[in-house]
Amino acid sequence: MQEFVDGLIASGALPAGMPTWLLYAAAMLVFGSLVIFVFALLVAGVTSWIERRVWGRMQSRVGPNRVGPQGALQWLADGIKNLLKEDIIPTAADSKLFRLAPYVVVAGFAASFVVVPFASKWIIADLNIGILYLTAVTALVVIGILMAGWASNNKWSLLGGIRSAAQIVSYEIPAGLSLFPAVLLAGTLSMQGIIREQGWAPWDWYAFHNPFAFVAFVIFFVSALAEGNRTPFDLPEAETELVAGFMTEYSGMRSLMFFLAEWGNLYVIGAVVTTLYLGGWQIPHVTDSVILTQVLQLGVFFLKAYFWVFVAMWVRATLPRVRVDQLMVVCWKYLVPIAFINLAGTAVTMVVLHEVPVLALPLRLGITAVALAIVVAFFRRVRYQLRRARPELYLSPVI
Amino acid sequence: MSITGLEVEVERDDGFETEEMTLNMGPQHPSTHGVLRFVIKADGEVMRKATPDVGYLHRSIEKIAEKVGYASFMPYTDRVDYVAAMPCNQGWAMVTERLAGIEVPRRGEFCRVIATELNRIASHLLAVGSMAMDIGAYTPFTHALRERELINELLQELCGSRLTFNYMRIGGCAWDLPPRFGEKAIEYLDHLEPIIDEYNALISFNKIYVERLASVAVISREEAIDYNLVGPNLRGSGVKYDVRRDEPYSVYPEIDFDIPVGTGEAGIVGDSYDRYMVRIREMKECCKIIRQCLSKMEPGPVIAKVPRNLKPKPGEAYVRVESARGDMGWYCVSDGSTAPYRLKIRTGSFAAMSAIEHVSRGLMIADLVALIASLDIVAPEVDR
Amino acid sequence: MNSAEIVDRLRARFGDKIGDFDDKAGDPFVYVQPDAIDEVCGHLKNDEALAFDALSNLSGVDHPKTSTIQVVYHLYSYRHRHMIVLKVSANREDPVIRTVAGVWRAANWHEREVFDLLGVRFEGHPDLRRLLMPEDWVGHPLRKDFVEPEEYHGIKTSRESPIHGIKTSHESPTK
Repeated sequence: MQEFVDGLIASGALPAGMPTWLLYAAAMLVFGSLVIFVFALLVAGVTSWIERRVWGRMQSRVGPNRVGPQGALQWLADGIKNLLKEDIIPTAADSKLFRLAPYVVVAGFAASFVVVPFASKWIIADLNIGILYLTAVTALVVIGILMAGWASNNKWSLLGGIRSAAQIVSYEIPAGLSLFPAVLLAGTLSMQGIIREQGWAPWDWYAFHNPFAFVAFVIFFVSALAEGNRTPFDLPEAETELVAGFMTEYSGMRSLMFFLAEWGNLYVIGAVVTTLYLGGWQIPHVTDSVILTQVLQLGVFFLKAYFWVFVAMWVRATLPRVRVDQLMVVCWKYLVPIAFINLAGTAVTMVVLHEVPVLALPLRLGITAVALAIVVAFFRRVRYQLRRARPELYLSPVI
Repeated sequence: MSITGLEVEVERDDGFETEEMTLNMGPQHPSTHGVLRFVIKADGEVMRKATPDVGYLHRSIEKIAEKVGYASFMPYTDRVDYVAAMPCNQGWAMVTERLAGIEVPRRGEFCRVIATELNRIASHLLAVGSMAMDIGAYTPFTHALRERELINELLQELCGSRLTFNYMRIGGCAWDLPPRFGEKAIEYLDHLEPIIDEYNALISFNKIYVERLASVAVISREEAIDYNLVGPNLRGSGVKYDVRRDEPYSVYPEIDFDIPVGTGEAGIVGDSYDRYMVRIREMKECCKIIRQCLSKMEPGPVIAKVPRNLKPKPGEAYVRVESARGDMGWYCVSDGSTAPYRLKIRTGSFAAMSAIEHVSRGLMIADLVALIASLDIVAPEVDR
Repeated sequence: MNSAEIVDRLRARFGDKIGDFDDKAGDPFVYVQPDAIDEVCGHLKNDEALAFDALSNLSGVDHPKTSTIQVVYHLYSYRHRHMIVLKVSANREDPVIRTVAGVWRAANWHEREVFDLLGVRFEGHPDLRRLLMPEDWVGHPLRKDFVEPEEYHGIKTSRESPIHGIKTSHESPTK
């Protein structure tokens, strides 16, 4: 935000005589509150509505469509209902920890918005350890979940909390390892720095830079899904086994806090994947106006990040759940070794490309072409299925 | 059994003190199919023992039979297994007909078989859909129920209700097939068969799903017979036995159909995946049976002349019909009055429930859910 | 193998433990002494020519008129595809029968159910307790002379028909 404030002072929008630290702090606070209260809560709420509609259509049913046009205010109705509900705390539960747990989870989630780069000048604080800070802060969620599981004084919640802790902590490793190729390629940990090193064209993105980075991008997405407790890794909240796992004893607004953190976290996952591997807010130079560029960049970033939210919902509707020990096997026996190989491979590729720079562009174009071929093949398959799909049969009864 | 949750056992395992956790998968739970209760002694995620506690749905149907009489008992048989109610109707009708020496007209038998097979498809759809949902995939459940809804509409046209049909009577069926029922049924079957393939592509061959079910809760052939498991549970363990083929009744001798058997295609013979695939394949066989029946039917009466106050001669009979959950044994003792002296209904889910305590040793809690779903246990059959 | 041949084999081996054989009934059955039923069933299961590997049904029938409780066993063989029916008669005052849970594990829960609903004690059963009724229920419901208790843990077991509480403006024929 500091650049933005400097720009505003230079263009005369803000008075020049005031102490700059005050202006910086005020700008960060104002933008931060806008992000949390307007953007994050709104996105979490609307994501819940979109998820239910998308799910419904995938399951050949409708989804919420009553409250507001096409059910668009359903999330608001749910929020108000939950605020008005009775706040039940089990007698035998540890009430201090029980009350604290949702706030710890939401704190971990909200703190991660500090380094989400919305546009080239709109980021709350461009920390020079950006991505490392993000990894550290999302681990705060584990403490909250463990607290919730333990303080509920319910063996099923405890199981859910422990499963979740094991899962999140284990999947930190492949997630962390898979973001290092991008850091290596960019040479900096700062989020804006990583985006600046990429370009607006697909073949300039880090995902298509070399095959190892492509695989690292896939692994990062999978590990991030596991960290967000999303299917196929949603054992901690497995409804059919644990009756909502660590969230069982929570009612009313406290349970909505957990859901808020989950849906909002989806957006953060999408944002981080976009930043690291898909070029972030980069757009070609179309206009000279500062504000317009910022708005366009924001739009591009939002669309790219939200696409991954949609993919996460899609995956959730399709795939079954992985069992706890299989989850650990996937993480430790498959993802971690592959992530190591990616890291080493990216480093080797960087050295090779440094020696032989002429290989860089063909490699990138080649991998972009491969990715494009995969996408085209997918859509052709979809068209084939749509053509073969049989219309639903409506048998009219005699009466 | 009183479980307060405070019983702990301290075991010394390599010098490390551990405690066993007693969990209660209570009568109210999203995944147990009906009101079932399990008391699980678990060491972390691995179960040492899962003891079922049944009786929450005991309605003393057998004692009610001694009161209401042969003809009035038919609606109660629907409630013995409400998911697959037609075979229960048929079982009761058959045991009474054997006691009283009544012969059902040929068209009545065909109507019975068509209704039973349609209901079998509906029951299997519900079973595989619930199983997918218990494993965590929510979409196959709604797709399976969408197809089941169409069968419910067909059966509603046939007998007026969608779940507890009360379609058969002692001596035949209550009503003949409605006009154009055959065409609608064949239209539905043409619609269903490709959808079963689509369903398989969605979930049955999904790697995560197969990993969850393959080699989990293996019930060997000898164990299955020893515990008297029946139906798809028995066939999933490799025993090629079906009451319709091996002790045929009604018009099944004239119909040509295959019996799918578990072959251990994903793991060991008799695992949960085999039981699941047997159900999927049985649905296709049911379609074959219905088509043959519809082509072989001839006009005629659907119910025989039965006296109003039926008083069978004193004696007893034991009849087995193939329900969706295996063969149901109906044992009826008659003393010459208008109500049976003793009726005993031996169901497939009862045996399956009794086998769980033994089979669940060493499984994880997530596998217990898969096991219950793969054995296709419905609570009303266990408790009657 | 039909039932007559099976009964002859059993009589040859067990002599007077095998009682009358009723050939005229729809499903021919044979009586067995209550203290020998487990040996007979063990032989029926393990003998190669008989091979009754499945216990298809086990039910109890209450006969207050002859003061007996009969337990009926329907056995089936998957290998030879034949069936036999055994009956055991026990004294109604104190019915005790040897258990066959060691022969077929399916019998475990069936015998628990007969114990629960009819009161027959099975000697040697590993875990004989009530199955369907609650643990503290008194009485055996399927007996012919069972009288339902007035209340259970303070909950009344009967109530007045709701139709008697309806007030109408005219005389209703049901009142």
